[in-house]
Amino acid sequence: MAIFLTKDSKVIVQGMTGSEGMKHTRRMLASGTRIVGGVNPRKAGTTVDVDGTEVPVFGTVVEAMEKTGADVTVIFVPPAFTKSAVVEAIDAEIGLAVVITEGVPVHDTAAFWAHAGAKGNKTRIIGPNCPGLISPGQSNAGIIPANITGSGKIGLVSKSGTLTYQLMYELRDLGFSSAVGIGGDPVIGTTHIDALKAFQEDPETELIVMIGEIGGDAEERAAAYIAEHVTKPVVGYVAGFTAPEGKTMGHAGAIVSGSSGTAQAKKEALEAAGVKVGKTPSETARLARELIAAAK
Amino acid sequence: MDLFEYQARDLFAKHGVPVLDGDVIETAADAAAIAERFGGRAVVKAQVKVGGRGKAGGVKLASDPQDAVAKAEAILGMDIKGHTVHKVMLAQTADIQEEYYVSFLLDRTNRTFLAMASVEGGVEIEVVAEENPDALAKIPVDANEGVTAEKAAEIVAAAKFPAEIADQVADVLQKLWVVFVKEDALLVEVNPLIKSGDGKIIALDGKVSLDENAEFRQPEHEALEDKAAANPLEAAAKAKGLNYVKLDGQVGIIGNGAGLVMSTLDVVAYAGENHGGVKPANFLDIGGGASAEVMANGLEIILGDTDVKSVFVNVFGGITACDAVANGIVQALALLESKGEAVTKPLVVRLDGNNAELGRQILTDANHPLVEQVDTMDGAADRAAELANK
Repeated sequence: MAIFLTKDSKVIVQGMTGSEGMKHTRRMLASGTRIVGGVNPRKAGTTVDVDGTEVPVFGTVVEAMEKTGADVTVIFVPPAFTKSAVVEAIDAEIGLAVVITEGVPVHDTAAFWAHAGAKGNKTRIIGPNCPGLISPGQSNAGIIPANITGSGKIGLVSKSGTLTYQLMYELRDLGFSSAVGIGGDPVIGTTHIDALKAFQEDPETELIVMIGEIGGDAEERAAAYIAEHVTKPVVGYVAGFTAPEGKTMGHAGAIVSGSSGTAQAKKEALEAAGVKVGKTPSETARLARELIAAAK
Repeated sequence: MDLFEYQARDLFAKHGVPVLDGDVIETAADAAAIAERFGGRAVVKAQVKVGGRGKAGGVKLASDPQDAVAKAEAILGMDIKGHTVHKVMLAQTADIQEEYYVSFLLDRTNRTFLAMASVEGGVEIEVVAEENPDALAKIPVDANEGVTAEKAAEIVAAAKFPAEIADQVADVLQKLWVVFVKEDALLVEVNPLIKSGDGKIIALDGKVSLDENAEFRQPEHEALEDKAAANPLEAAAKAKGLNYVKLDGQVGIIGNGAGLVMSTLDVVAYAGENHGGVKPANFLDIGGGASAEVMANGLEIILGDTDVKSVFVNVFGGITACDAVANGIVQALALLESKGEAVTKPLVVRLDGNNAELGRQILTDANHPLVEQVDTMDGAADRAAELANK
């Protein structure tokens, strides 16, 4: 088991023929992902040779799903075209859309999120501005390096890509069921809570690592959810204690406004919910290690 | 990006929102002609991106053109909560009968847009929200449906605007929604929205914040940037396409990925507690690629910061392998030295992840006198803080 993505997932790539799309399609294939096609209306009907694998290109997401049974799409198109690519995926009712693109205007994200809701939320959206997700040894949808670690019993959900990699690396001897990068934009599809719920229900996951950062109140709401619904041990980390007010720290959503969105408030909320919160990534890894050892 | 009041007013006018005539000046003498145009009287308003300017004495009524010059002179150069006033707006005076509040903003928690409206405007809306929450109507707005006539009527009714101005307010709301959408705004706020003596609804003061991610389709927004106020290092970094924020410490930071860099700032600040209280000097995310050129650009900005005493390069090799990053550092130093720039500050480098061993070997072989390697993030932060405290 794993969450959202398994060895049976059939993955298509919107924007596969672009440079980023091609680079990461190659990496996803190499890590064992079942890439069944790409989507590009201008190159429909052709195939692309990706390191010896012939990957067909379809004109639309609907066509790709009909011909291949695809149930996951990874979206690499530029910001100006992201909204229409996601709307197409939603209209095709594909199960999971992973939006890697960074720099999508908030009005566009809000629009495709509202559209998904109007269509009955049949498509799980992850991102935008995220590294995607990996279920090590099974499948990799996005840009998370597959060679950091293998499968195991830790579930990880994070706003940050590189902190995901860092924690996976620090706990590489233990391995992960799934690691989900949900992205650092002000509006995102899948939230910490969605991933926590899925990890709680996943029999393979024994411990959950949750990484947050300044901005918004997603961590506080996740803390409330944990207190109520999560019985598995959760270890947390929050980045941005020293970030000044009113400055965007790289991620569009990472900004402290007045007293809201501070790392301190998030840490306190998580600790009040029984989550062990590390002061640094290394300490977070150590806390996870201790909890796993204690459970044995 | 937050706008000045006069820029918000311009955007309102562009989309048909009723505003009063106004003009922005940087020289007090120019106030006379504008006041003349308004018939003598004018309101002189400091242009600063911070609240509470009225209380700070940044808004004054001028009774004639001569007085307008005197008031402008008094306000220009004033310090309001750390913001120096470089511009004042002269606006027509208004006969204010009632003051209201309306805004559109992003509701992050509910992942939708929100309309807020109150008939108790003119004061800080946070105060209204706290002391009399029932007086502040909050109505979600679907991003795709927008503010239709029905939605506008719903907002007007929820905030209990008087019947005789309901249609006018609804019309203003629809126009403000156009500003919000067409300008890719994250916030459009009017406070106060007034009813004048002759029963007209006018946006008297406004706040607009724009989404920088939308710059690719908003070519006019670049001109709205307050380049004069930008920190010179931040401006130089932006020109090179670097994601850089100047902070007030002594340890220069370079890392890859926003989350890891934020985390690096924290770890350095903790380490600094044991080394004379040194702090991170900046946020700089060089992204996943971390090529030699980007590394050189980043180092150049950081070494150009006179506050910086040591530099911490913290890279996790994910997509980019550490050997490529190490080569980048070596080439970047050579590039800077070949440009005649003296690299005199110690660099502490921590490489982890993909091909970390190879990367460390490359740095060891290069044997640059200023480069030191530490294997862990916490250890490297401690060393960088120690060097900054020397």
